[in-house]
Amino acid sequence: MLDFIARRLVAIIPVLTVVAVLVFLMLRLTPGDPAAVIAGDNATSDQINDIREKLGLNEPIWTQFAIWIGNILQGNFGESFFFKKTVAELIAQRIEPTLALAMCTLIFAVCVSVPLGVLAAYRQGSVLDRIVMAFCVMGFSVPGFVIGYCLIYVFAIELGWLPVQGYIRIGVNFWQFLERMVLPSLTLSVGFIALISRITRASVLEVLNEDYIRTARAKGLSSRVVLMRHALRNAAVPILTVIGLGVAILIGGAVVTESVFGLPGLGRLTVEAVLSRDFPTIQTVILMFSVVYVVVNLLIDISYTVFDPRIRY
Amino acid sequence: MTVATEDLVDSASIAAASTKRKSLWLLALRNPNVIIGGSILLIMLAIAALAPFLGTVDPTRIDPASRNKKPGTEITMRLDDGQAVKRVALMGTDSLGRDVYSRVIYGTRVSLAVGAAVAIIAIAIGVVIGLVSGYIRWLDGIIMRIMDGLMAIPGILLAIAMVSIWRAGLITVIFAIVVPDVPRVVRLVRSIVLTVREEPYVEGAISVGTPTWVLMFRHILPNTVAPLIVQGTFLAASAILVEAALSFLGIGIPPEIPSWGNIMAEGRTLFRVFPHNIFYPGIFLAFTVLAINIMGDGLRDTLDPKMSKKV
Repeated sequence: MLDFIARRLVAIIPVLTVVAVLVFLMLRLTPGDPAAVIAGDNATSDQINDIREKLGLNEPIWTQFAIWIGNILQGNFGESFFFKKTVAELIAQRIEPTLALAMCTLIFAVCVSVPLGVLAAYRQGSVLDRIVMAFCVMGFSVPGFVIGYCLIYVFAIELGWLPVQGYIRIGVNFWQFLERMVLPSLTLSVGFIALISRITRASVLEVLNEDYIRTARAKGLSSRVVLMRHALRNAAVPILTVIGLGVAILIGGAVVTESVFGLPGLGRLTVEAVLSRDFPTIQTVILMFSVVYVVVNLLIDISYTVFDPRIRY
Repeated sequence: MTVATEDLVDSASIAAASTKRKSLWLLALRNPNVIIGGSILLIMLAIAALAPFLGTVDPTRIDPASRNKKPGTEITMRLDDGQAVKRVALMGTDSLGRDVYSRVIYGTRVSLAVGAAVAIIAIAIGVVIGLVSGYIRWLDGIIMRIMDGLMAIPGILLAIAMVSIWRAGLITVIFAIVVPDVPRVVRLVRSIVLTVREEPYVEGAISVGTPTWVLMFRHILPNTVAPLIVQGTFLAASAILVEAALSFLGIGIPPEIPSWGNIMAEGRTLFRVFPHNIFYPGIFLAFTVLAINIMGDGLRDTLDPKMSKKV
């Protein structure tokens, strides 16, 4: 097992290296002087020279990459000239809303979609099944920001139950924080729920045809036990896989959702950074999200053994 | 949705799709999902083609006198020759006085064009790289590592990064959406090539001295057509969504081009008072993407039966 984890850790190194090279080349392939681009539109020539010096832009490109990656590995992500802060500070400041949104969405989506998928599979062809399947297609087709604005319109403007936009830090007032998390998490959940319940339904359906399910039923076990202990557990691997892949949707969705609800998170930061052409920030955010995505999927790979002891590494 | 499905593509199903190709196409046309989705899509195509004849005015025409009108308001328009014409703004006007109905109708063109362009370009690039990767062994490792790296960056972020480098424009946005999609096509094509190249008929072709390019285009490529069409519909659907999201965030197509995302971006500030600027384009957007997705589901069920069982 430890051997497997070590091997998987080694295997993500080439992937992350390619990501790092792509993110690095991103800026070097920009037309014009990268130092001027990083410094932004209002920089003085001293500032530009300073950056050129720091990045070693006069060195060959391999050396530049080595300097850049060395800085990043030491936690030095550069400086945002637009926000007048180091990128590390900026991210530390903006990470809470994004983490909170991702967690709320993940918990809510899994709690809703797994039971939905199991029920749809158990009652295959029923009205419930049809509704779930229709919801899945809809969930893939309606963009997050349209859902977000519909929810704002109904629950915040017409009914006035929840605040329209904004964010309160979790440490400041927990209830107000929670109030402001409801609509964004619901918005972001829709696509995720569609994805997970569809896969859950499909994999439970496949398992339900197995002999051991018939055996379990023949033993006189209740449908609930059969569904939860026998079927769902064996269907867990594809469900987990899709939750891991869905993290990409979560990250992409966070960018849009944070903009709709005015959450000052990393997604909003990304958009602000692009609008102000703040490259050190864009590079760091992309690198960070990619690392998160890869690591989450690695953890999920490892967790397979817990759910399915037949999988041995 | 592409994230979820392309990893599950099983190349064994392709053989089934290629043996009875003709009858399968006929079967696909009889699938209810294909009929429903296809019909809605055809209506959207008709709207896009006939946009100037559907009672629209110039979608970029700014009219300071009739700003922020609610849907159904009658407004007076002054034509270029000075004549005043009364006109009902079906979907209201935006904060610059532009007619939302005309913008939504013309926006159909942008969205469908983006969807089609992204699907076609991503498939064209992906097929070439996939064929090379599946057929030339020593390149395979390098290409697939690059593709893995590209896929490790969440698609919309990669697109955002591309847009930030090249500055916004229609072509930029299309390519920014294409780049994250390419690895998915490459993986699909490569998996098909790897299976098909072991088939007896390919070995037979090799043994009679068929040149490599004939082998690729005549014997291997046709196997990829059905799964690529299925993949293409899903790529088009997600491309339309990503374009709308980018434009909505203000980093997509330049704001003067009437695209659904741009109309919604414009409507954001006054959403509380005039929600129509977001709702009407949103409905069109959702319907179009829904139609393409339904059609894609139907096509997959008939053309790629093994995959439909899995998802």
